[in-house]
Amino acid sequence: MRNALKPIAIVAALVMSHGTAVAQSTADDIAKYREMIADGNPSELFEMEGEELWKTPRGPMKATLEKCDLGMGPGVVKGASARMPRFFKDTGRVQDLESRLLTCMQTLQGIDPKLVIDGKFNSGERKTMAALVAYVVTHSKGDKVRVDMTNPQMKELYALGERAFYYRTGPMDFSCATCHGEDGKRIRLQDLPNLTKHEGAAAGWGSWPAYRVSNSQFWTMQHRLNDCFRQQRTAEPIYASDVTIALSVYMAAKANGGEVMTPGLKR
Amino acid sequence: MANPMRIRASAKDGVTEVRVLMSHVMETGQRKDASGALIPAHFITELTAKHNDKVVLSAQFGPSVSTNPYLAFKFKGGAKGDKVTVGWTDNKGESRADEVQIS
Ligand code: HEC
Repeated sequence: MRNALKPIAIVAALVMSHGTAVAQSTADDIAKYREMIADGNPSELFEMEGEELWKTPRGPMKATLEKCDLGMGPGVVKGASARMPRFFKDTGRVQDLESRLLTCMQTLQGIDPKLVIDGKFNSGERKTMAALVAYVVTHSKGDKVRVDMTNPQMKELYALGERAFYYRTGPMDFSCATCHGEDGKRIRLQDLPNLTKHEGAAAGWGSWPAYRVSNSQFWTMQHRLNDCFRQQRTAEPIYASDVTIALSVYMAAKANGGEVMTPGLKR
Repeated sequence: MANPMRIRASAKDGVTEVRVLMSHVMETGQRKDASGALIPAHFITELTAKHNDKVVLSAQFGPSVSTNPYLAFKFKGGAKGDKVTVGWTDNKGESRADEVQIS
């Protein structure tokens, strides 16, 4: 928190000095703040670590991930995450980047996926995962979101994702759509993109995974979703479970054609 | 051992711009962990940047600088292929130095 307090306090002061600050000027000030911190995205530090990990023999099989097939052929990283989630023939499932990396870690290195699935964010194999993700997504920066929505399994998950997105639950009866289903909404000083429309989905999906300035952590999409389930006040989703992948398919499909800005830089 | 920095240096019209991203926790010594115990201070105290062997910037850092600090500065001179070295030391005596060629 401490690191973000200062800039945010400044933004807040600016907003207050406008008196009846209209939503637009707040959004402008947030944009200004983002611009100020945009140079020198510390995601690069995680990317460097991830690249190292990609090439380091690990696990019981003492192998690297250099033959990992992210959908573009063994070892091809460039442009891979822009096309995910996608259907993989070898596993017979639609996988997002993280579930696919779990497959690679298991088949190539012999690392038990449970270490990640039952792990904690920012520690152990989940921390390793975050660095690997940072490495992979950096190689899709500037690409376009291109998920294959002609695939029947993708269509199936899209339908599931849409249902999950509008599914109201928890003590507040929130759904994802409660916070992300209208234009011009914000919480505290955060713009909440309308993820049900192309523009908002492109902004939201296109800029995650991201480095979060407020806690100096690199967050994967699974981490982002996990925290939004918390904001929804509902049960914690199982890491890389179908519902998390389905929600990603839903958002990625809406974002299709938008620019990939990963790794993003967030509050 | 401290993690590597990412340094970029580029020369244009006789001026070199250097951008440095450091990997460091930058603990203030004011924060408490979940059990209420104080997290010991751990932050960069000194930083030196050199162009070949000449110091072009020296700085004192303190606990108010953010985690994973980012520093950008310019100096006069510098040509493609020259060396730029950046080094830091922290309050625990750990240090790290990395080097790049100007592009
Ligand atoms: C109670 C409100 C709330 C609910 C419900 C909620 N979110 Fe969020 N969401 C947020 C907030 C607030 C942020 C911005 C986080 C921040 O920067 O602190 C956010 C950020 C995001 C982002 C990143 C957007 C960006 O531009 O950075 C995505 C993607 C997202 N949420 C998806 C979801 C999904 C999917 C669900 C349903 C499982 C969901 N959210 C439920 C409040 C919510």
